[in-house]
Amino acid sequence: MTVLDKLLAPGRTRTLAGFALAAVVLLAVAPVVLSPFRLSLLAKFLCLAMVAVGIGLAWGRGGLLTLGQGVYFGLGAYVMAMHLKLADAGPDGVPDFMLLYGTGEVPAWWEPMRSPGLTLLLVVLVPAALAGLLGWAVFTRRVRGAYFAILSQALAAAFAILLVGQQQTTGGTNGLNGFRGFFGYDLTDPANQRMLYLLAAVVLLVMVAIVRQLTVSRFGELLVAVRDGEDRVRFLGYDPAVVKTVAYVVAAVMASIGGALFVPIVGIISPADVGVVPSIGFLVGVAIGGRASLLGPVLGSVAVSWAQTSISEQFPSGWIYFQGALFIVVVAFLPGGLASLLGRWRRRRADPPEPGTAPPADARTAPEGSTP
Amino acid sequence: MDILSQLFAGLSLGSVLLLAALGLALTFGQMGVINMAHGEFMMAGAYTAFVVQGVVPSAGVSLLVALPLGFLVGGLLGLLLEGALIHRMYHRPLDTLLVTWGVALVLQQVARDVFGAPNVDVSAPGWLSGAVEIGGLALPRTRLFILALALTCVVALTLVLRATPLGRRIRAVVQNRDLAEASGISSRTTDRITFFLGSGLAGIAGVALTLLGSVGPTLGTGYIVDAFLVVVAGGIGQIKGTVVAAMALGMMQAFFEYSTTASVAKVLVFVAVVAFLQVRPQGLVSVRTRSLA
Repeated sequence: MTVLDKLLAPGRTRTLAGFALAAVVLLAVAPVVLSPFRLSLLAKFLCLAMVAVGIGLAWGRGGLLTLGQGVYFGLGAYVMAMHLKLADAGPDGVPDFMLLYGTGEVPAWWEPMRSPGLTLLLVVLVPAALAGLLGWAVFTRRVRGAYFAILSQALAAAFAILLVGQQQTTGGTNGLNGFRGFFGYDLTDPANQRMLYLLAAVVLLVMVAIVRQLTVSRFGELLVAVRDGEDRVRFLGYDPAVVKTVAYVVAAVMASIGGALFVPIVGIISPADVGVVPSIGFLVGVAIGGRASLLGPVLGSVAVSWAQTSISEQFPSGWIYFQGALFIVVVAFLPGGLASLLGRWRRRRADPPEPGTAPPADARTAPEGSTP
Repeated sequence: MDILSQLFAGLSLGSVLLLAALGLALTFGQMGVINMAHGEFMMAGAYTAFVVQGVVPSAGVSLLVALPLGFLVGGLLGLLLEGALIHRMYHRPLDTLLVTWGVALVLQQVARDVFGAPNVDVSAPGWLSGAVEIGGLALPRTRLFILALALTCVVALTLVLRATPLGRRIRAVVQNRDLAEASGISSRTTDRITFFLGSGLAGIAGVALTLLGSVGPTLGTGYIVDAFLVVVAGGIGQIKGTVVAAMALGMMQAFFEYSTTASVAKVLVFVAVVAFLQVRPQGLVSVRTRSLA
């Protein structure tokens, strides 16, 4: 393939066209046609979609079923929320809830969040460190994929329980809320809310662009190769553990940034947003949109968020049935998500194969280690 | 005496975990299916006990009736799930997790719609009230009963796997599906039976849980993550690993709780499991093979 061929490949043009369209809709159309309330709702969905972009990379391309993205979302959100609380309290001030429940002293581990710059740094570094540590520990020892899924889920459970238990320093079940400012801007001002929306939209678009660059790079090739045949990658002299860990860390950082933007937009973060159930909830949109496609996770995530808001307003229990049924039907009968329908319809051959369409030869032997 | 009471707390916690994890050791360990609805099968077992209580007034009799019935209810739910969804997905083990989570959501909502969202109570029989005094240590009878029940289940399951034709078939299919098929074993039927047994054990666990607290639609979710953690730490291949891991996790949780708080203990147990997997990535007991994974 020459460079010219690549430029003219249908996949590329379509990706660029889709990207441009999304950018126009998000940045030009939505702010004009949506009411401020709807716009901030959309901003919230975009923050959740950021988590989905990361999951699309780690799970869709890399086959890493991560059931604990709520942890990273929560880390970013809590770091940001702590900063906003401290900023609201003023220099050397104490956040209001600590005077109510706590000792009235700011704990030492809150202190770094006084500095705005350090906060932004920590939003990236804390989840990256945790994901790097867990990923490295699990992947280098070649712990099985299913075990990794369970471990990431247990991490989410432990994290949520820990937050609830620390009433005095994290607000416990109530979480952190009642933010007044955001880096010096007044959060009650609609103009600032619109700015936040635009910020979220730009960040999301950048993330999608990054994922696209990663997937067409050598790293992306390796990631898909690890998903489809880890041992062969190892025989070719690469270390799958490094590839997986990097993908997992990138996904974690994206989730964290989503969380950090979620806080000023929605105005609250609590353990209910970070536990086992929300963590799996992040996967729903990704699975439905198409885990291995580029825009599928984003569109799926936004669509599911929107459906959840509009359906559960009217039928609270109906939404749960709907979500469960959607999940069952899509994952069981359409593993590539809606994107694969499009792909099947177009018979695109440049696409990576859908996960699950090419079972290994010993597909029916469920546990590994039982092959002859 | 403090150490002893902590030991018993750990043992008791471990036995509850063991009950919850035994069925998973079959379905997840032996078949590779990640059944997130396992917790909801437990919930179904618990509600079975509640319904039986409504029919049979005597608490003692109703418990004894509920145990086999709970097994049946859980098992039939499992059979239904396997037949409808899971058997299409044996080549996609990770996706079974997502599908069964969808099933779990639906089952929880069904429970809410049928029994209402608030928790209901199942009264324990008279012969389980109070405690047994052993050397100044008061051991609640319900806890002892659950310990005994867990051990009974382990023994029964071991006997079935070791000493019956059915168990031989299950082990054959797990070890080498193609060869088992070639030897005239129907792997399809064996899968169904294995799933029935595993899900039935979840039902029994659910009935046992009614002795410890009230029953609600989300009863299973509290145990499911820990139960999976037990199977991961215990390794697959033998029930032995599950038993040891359940007791170890129960003990750890109890002792960490004693020295810190319940929430910190959870995190420490998690860290301990990850650290342990560094030493034995396949879990405590694994079948030695020459495969790469």
